[in-house]
Formats: sequence, C-alpha cells, structure tokens
Amino acid sequence: MSSAASDHPIVHVEHVEKTFGSGSNSIHVLKDISLSAYAGEILMLVGPSGCGKTTLLSAIAGTLKVDAGEIHVFEQHLHDMSGAALTSFRAKNIGFIFQQFNLIPTLNIAENVSVPLLIQGFSNRYAIKAAREILDSVGLADRWRERPNKLSGGQQQRVAIARALVHQPPLVICDEPTAALDSKNGEIVLDLFLNVARTPGRAVIIVTHDNRIFPYADRIARMDDGEILGVTQQIHSTPPKFIHEHV
Amino acid sequence: MIGLALKMLFGDTGKYLMLVFGIFFATFLILQQLSIFCGLMRWTTATLKNVNAPIYVVDPQVSQINETSPMRDTDVSRVRSVSSVRWAMPLFNGIQRVKLDSGAFKIIQLAGIDSASLAGAPSTLVAGNLEDLRLPNTVVIDELAVNFLSSDPKKPIKVGDRFEINDIEARVVGIAESMRSFTGGPYVWTTYERALQYAPPQRKMLSAVMAAPMPGVTPEEAAAQIEKQTGLKAYVNRDFSFDAPNDFNTKTVFWFVKNTSIPISFGTTVIVGLIVGIAISCQTFYAFVLDNLKHLGALKAMGMSNFRLSMMLITQSVTVGIIGFGIGLLATAGFTFSALENGAPFFMPTIIPFAVFATIQLICLFAATLGIIRLSLYEPAAVFRT
Repeated sequence: MSSAASDHPIVHVEHVEKTFGSGSNSIHVLKDISLSAYAGEILMLVGPSGCGKTTLLSAIAGTLKVDAGEIHVFEQHLHDMSGAALTSFRAKNIGFIFQQFNLIPTLNIAENVSVPLLIQGFSNRYAIKAAREILDSVGLADRWRERPNKLSGGQQQRVAIARALVHQPPLVICDEPTAALDSKNGEIVLDLFLNVARTPGRAVIIVTHDNRIFPYADRIARMDDGEILGVTQQIHSTPPKFIHEHV
Repeated sequence: MIGLALKMLFGDTGKYLMLVFGIFFATFLILQQLSIFCGLMRWTTATLKNVNAPIYVVDPQVSQINETSPMRDTDVSRVRSVSSVRWAMPLFNGIQRVKLDSGAFKIIQLAGIDSASLAGAPSTLVAGNLEDLRLPNTVVIDELAVNFLSSDPKKPIKVGDRFEINDIEARVVGIAESMRSFTGGPYVWTTYERALQYAPPQRKMLSAVMAAPMPGVTPEEAAAQIEKQTGLKAYVNRDFSFDAPNDFNTKTVFWFVKNTSIPISFGTTVIVGLIVGIAISCQTFYAFVLDNLKHLGALKAMGMSNFRLSMMLITQSVTVGIIGFGIGLLATAGFTFSALENGAPFFMPTIIPFAVFATIQLICLFAATLGIIRLSLYEPAAVFRT
C-alpha cells in the first residue's frame, strides 16, 4: 500500500482460480490469485503476454466469472450478484479504459464521452454538458464535435479517459492504456491517471507491460503463468516521471 | 439511448443505405405486384360494376361473370314471378367485333340492356343522353372506346359518330365512365333487342337476368328464393369479400385465382420480393451488428444491460423498416400515377399497405433478433481481448 493510499481496500481478490476450456485443452489462467487495491493508489499488473493479467482485470471488473475464490469490490461480493445487478454495479462504480480505446466511430467525441451517463439514465442534454466539462479537463474542449478518427492516438486515449471518468467512478481499470501511444502522449495520459488516483476514494488499476510507465505505480504486481510472483511498493518522494526510452 | 442507436445506424452510411435499399426494394416489389394483381382481379369483375344490378341470375353451369351459358328468354319471366323480386330484366353480355372506318376490326364488350327500364345502363355519362339509346341503331360507349374505336388517333370518337358491329350500323349517343374489362375491349351498351341483332344468332341468347329485391328483402334472401323457385343460379352483386361466397365478384375472382396462373406469377414475384428483403436486410443488419460488436461489447462492459442493447438494435432495425417502407410506398405511388395514366390495372385495397408494413417490420425484427442473439453470446470480457 502506498503512502497516498488509504487502509481500506477497494478491491479484494482472494484465492481466485480461472481455467479456460476443459480436459487436455484446458488452460489454467489464474492460479490462487490474492491481491488488494486501495483507494488513492495506482496499482499496476505487469507481466509477459498471456500471463493472465487481462483475465484478472476482467474478473475484477465483473465481466468474467471466476471458477473459485472471491472478489470483493467496494465490499460487494461479485459472485453473489445477479447478471443485472452486476451490470448496474459496473455502470455506477467502474470506469473502463480499453487498449484499443473502443470509441464509437459514428459518434462525436462528446457523444462518446457521454455514454456512461446515458447508460445510467441521465438525459442527453445533461450528459453532453458533463462530457464537455470533462473534455475540458483533458485538453480537448474545443474538439468535442469531431469524430474520433480525426484525433491522434493520444487524443483518442484522452477521450477514452474522459469517458471512463465522466460519471466519476471510484474505480478505474485500464488495459494497456499506453500501448498505442508515443512517449509524449503516454506521459499526458499517466499524469491524468495520477490525478484520478489522488482524488479521494478512487483507485486506478492498470494492466500493462509498458515499463515506461512503471514509475507512476504506487504498487506493481508482477504476474507470470497465472500467478502473482510478488508485489513491489514504490515510494514517491518526488512526482513520478515517464521513462522516455524503453528499457 | 434511442438517439445513440440512431446515430450509430445513420453514421454507418454504406450499410444504412444498403439496409434501406433492401427494404425499399422488397416494399416496392410486394406493393406493386399485389396492387397489379388486385387491379387485374378487379378488372375481371368489370361487367358487374359497369352493368350494375343487385342480383345476377345465370345458368347454374356459369362459374364467373365473363362466362356465358345462354338461357331462354322465358327465364326472365320465371325470375319475375318470384315474390321477393321487385324487377327482373334481360341482359346480353358478350364479346363482339367492331369494324372501324379504316376497315380494321376491334373487339368490344357488348352489353344489351332492357330498353324500357334501361336497367344496367352506365351510371355516369360524360357526354350525350342515355334516353337516346331507345333510338334506332344507337349505342353508348365508354371513355376507353373514344380512342380505342377511332381509326385516326387525332380524331377521337364523339357523340354522333358511327361504326359497324357485324355490318350493322351503331351510332354513338353517349359516352360513359366505366371500369376497364379484363379482355381489354371497351364497353358498349345498347338495348337487349338490338344486341341480339348485333350478335351472331344462336338458339338461346340471354346471358343473364338482372334483378332487384323487393323493399325490405335483402339481395341474399331474394337470391336464395330465386334459386329455390327457378333452379337457376342467383348471385348478389356487392363487392369482393372473403366471407361472401354468394357474391358474383367473389366467385369470379376466386375462379381466376383457381383456374389461371395469374396468382402463381404474381405470387412468385411477391415471394422473390420477400426473399430479397429478408436476405438483404438480415445479412446487412447482421454484418452491421458484427462490425459494431466491439463497440456494443464495450457498452456491455461499461454497464449497459442486454435489454437496452436489444432495444437499441430493435430501434435501428425498425427505423430502417419505416424509412425503407416509406420510400417504397412513395415509389409505388409514383408508379401508380404512371400506371393509371397508361390504363394499367392497379388497385390497392387499404389492407395491403398495412399488411406489407407489418410484414416488413417482421422482417426487420427478425434481422434484429439475429443481431440480438449474436450480441447476447458476446462476453463483455471479450472486449479486453480485442
């Protein structure tokens, strides 16, 4: 747990197991995983491709059922929730940032950002107003009418971040958020994450194997072959800095 | 969410236009073919509209109005003798040849009606005087005949002009509105006695007896009594209806449906329209869903319920159905004006556009269902893997 984080775990994963397939073709993706994420921190799940980090992220997000173990998010046991309750829970509590942004190309930027509010039943007028406000905070206020394909990769990721934050979810989960970004845009995006994580009551969980962003993590959980090899805590005496060259 | 669904739909211009085109094409094909079929079937009953009487009494062997099995003239008196019959008049009805000034021959639908009562005469004359039909060698022609029986296209037939029917003079004393006949020839009215002179002689010449019921008696009751007392077949003359088997219009239409390949021909085209509509709309809409699966999956992961996603897809497909149907209906209307100007058979009963609209919406809902099934199988976690 970082110095910035609270004692209270937002996410608590305990002895989680997940296997895909059956028989000789089965793949044991998560093996007895236990992990917590606390309010106020950036937790990074790192490891080689196929080590199970995205599967673990999906399970924490409630989009994937696990075979064994327990996942508590905001003290709610995801396994006990019905499909509808889980869907509603995700809408209210979790902000999603996907590797490929997943912005809807036929909607303009403000409309894309407004989607989580529309899902929660807010009016279109309110949702667009809120979307424009948050686009201002990610530096895209003047481009709210444009379609996503008019933006650079970094700008699209900033839109995706705005979409993840527009409904002010306490938990933001990100899948390889900087994989498609150059150093400059990666730094902008990580500074945004840092601001989010430092907002009281919020946590950010990032799946990545981009070591340029490791300095931003409060804790780094290293995974390999479906297991957590260890969790490293980083103390930030100075503001973290983006590593501009791959190590 | 409706706005979101529609923006996703309209934003994918290529697929949206393809979907609308598929529905438009199916709508136009189905509406146009059904309307022409109904128009043709309506033409088969033109005699019943143009030579109008509440009851038609014919030989029991007669299956439809365009068929004649001549009766004896005394059958008119037999029908008149039925107590529920107010009046009964003879009718000659048959196709005859007309010789034009140029020497060319054209066919006509000759109707010989009672000279005293003029029962069965056209209801609306646009020129001339119906009473003049009682003068020697006179006829009333319909509007189609004005050009159809003219040797010179620049000189349409007018009141006072003459032509020959079987070498006997026929002088036009009136021009009437009428419905076109199935055979394509114009209607020519004359008196019953003169019609027998125009037509080649036969032993029996009476085509039908037109009758009307007494006040307070329905045509159906009178027809039943006529049949009972005379042994002839009596039909009422209202209009086509599925639940009126004793209506001569219904009987005639069903005869053509059963005994000609007309419904097979039009039915095949309607089925092709349906198949094309189903194939294009379902295939394109499914491709549209597949293309958007990643985005719809992201919406699902972000907390949108399957129900709301399904409603989005239904909104999209129904919208395409409404727009495609609307354009198809407009195109059919355009075709209708053109067809009617050129004298083509075209009749669209009110139920047809409603039935086609319901069919189109069912196709769209089917297409949406395919998309909904595909989307429901999509795990929201998959959005992290793509």
